[in-house]
Amino acid sequence: MISMHRNGPIALLFHTLVVGFVLAPLVVICLVALTPANTLTLPTTQFSLRWFTAVFAHPDFVASFLNSLWVAAIAATIAVVLAVAAGLALDRFDFRGRAALNALFLSPLMIPHLVLGVALLRLFALLGATGSLVWLTAGHIVVITPYVLRLVLAALSGLDRSAEQAAVTLGASGWVVFRRITVPMILPGITGGWLLAFINSFDELTMSIFITSPATVTLPVRMYMYATESIDPMMAAVSALMIAITAAAMLLLDRIFGLDKILVGQG
Amino acid sequence: MSSARAGTTPWLLAAPGALLFTALVVVPLVLTLVLSFHVYDTASGVKDETTLSHYAIILSDSYFLNIFWRTLRLAALTTLICAMIGAPEAYILSRMREPWRSIFLLAIIGPLLVSVVVRAFGWSMLLGPTGLVNEAFRALGLGTVKILYTETAIVIALVHVMLPFMVIPVWTSLQKLDPMVEAAAWTLGASRLTALGRVVLPQVTMGLLSGSLVVFGLSASAFAIPALLGGRRLKMAATLVYDEYMHELNWPLGAAIAILVLVINLVIMLAYQRVVEARARRTLG
Repeated sequence: MISMHRNGPIALLFHTLVVGFVLAPLVVICLVALTPANTLTLPTTQFSLRWFTAVFAHPDFVASFLNSLWVAAIAATIAVVLAVAAGLALDRFDFRGRAALNALFLSPLMIPHLVLGVALLRLFALLGATGSLVWLTAGHIVVITPYVLRLVLAALSGLDRSAEQAAVTLGASGWVVFRRITVPMILPGITGGWLLAFINSFDELTMSIFITSPATVTLPVRMYMYATESIDPMMAAVSALMIAITAAAMLLLDRIFGLDKILVGQG
Repeated sequence: MSSARAGTTPWLLAAPGALLFTALVVVPLVLTLVLSFHVYDTASGVKDETTLSHYAIILSDSYFLNIFWRTLRLAALTTLICAMIGAPEAYILSRMREPWRSIFLLAIIGPLLVSVVVRAFGWSMLLGPTGLVNEAFRALGLGTVKILYTETAIVIALVHVMLPFMVIPVWTSLQKLDPMVEAAAWTLGASRLTALGRVVLPQVTMGLLSGSLVVFGLSASAFAIPALLGGRRLKMAATLVYDEYMHELNWPLGAAIAILVLVINLVIMLAYQRVVEARARRTLG
């Protein structure tokens, strides 16, 4: 029976081509990043780390990398706090306006980042807040909170409530139940949500390009600006570093939550 | 979901997030909608008078209509190619054995997490005049073909970025299909093709449809791919908005285009919601 479900040679050839197509640009980036030459060429006999050294010696890239790191870490942390609180409200209570609140929290998934970017630019311009790292972070929080909320809601709805009820019966206060029982039980959802939020913020380009100023340029925006002006292997080295960071976060996510669950749950 | 006594607790819990989302989603969108009706003057900037002229220009000037037409055309083409590659690939993945199934599923959908700038840059290296694709063409004696900064380059890279959004829903609907049903069709004398068309395809139609709507919506508003692979002359809706805001400084006109992009997206997302609800009803009833 099992053998009837094996893929035939044509299917496997198709599959190989698709996987090749998906991985080709990433593989080429990682190879070109190792070139010793001054142009975008595939290294054949000699490999060099000179372009990676060049990235770390480039003050703009270093500053943007630090900007991205801070924005992503702070935005992901605040997004988790907001999403856990909102998740509890949406999961545990039935109240008037619940559906509207749910729609509000998930709305950034339906609005193109381009539109969010120009809308925030208008607001920040009116407030005189363009180029502020705080407002940039606030924009990122809005974009990434829906991802965390979905994971937190999934974790909360799959939770066995009997442990919480037992604690309440034994006289624990609401806060103690939350801290000692609910949080540990939904911890995979929280950590998985934080990492997913971090990656999404760290990668965000389309909204950020409207609301960053020269002092707050994030790494993807810096890369976009660099790629439109000059193309040398340093761009490949930065890209390879981005791929490495994403891959590391991906492996962590996979350990904590099961990456297929997170990504397939997104669809 | 147990319904605890409602009271003020849920509102207190949701309040911080709700306030932030109102201030940074609802308010800016309303401001942008208002801005799109304001008069713009190259000398004095945004004026207090209101007008419908920006929408009238966008919907009548051939420059803008061409860009909108290209946006819809390339988004539709991307959706079609994604469906033709993504659906068979999801089917092949679902028939693989562990651990290959998990490994390749990760390989296909993992790049979703890699920044789109990185992926666009990868394609610009592959498709450029000295890139690997042209090296291959030259080796085959086909000469150098201009791919970078053409619509072909935009579609190739868009398909690459959007493919996971097609594979995921088709894969999800295939997971609900009992493989024995297909085997039963074969036992009853159906050819592999008949079984595929009559048993598997109807099951994945909903996944294919919802994947198509998401891919179309995201492609139509994509920024980085057309900006980096289309060059300065091949504009799509998102790069047009960027130019109006950052280069022309005509914010009201840019706002009007952005509002149109948003409306198109919301219509698509509403259709998506309908599809998901219809699917939920079918599985329940």
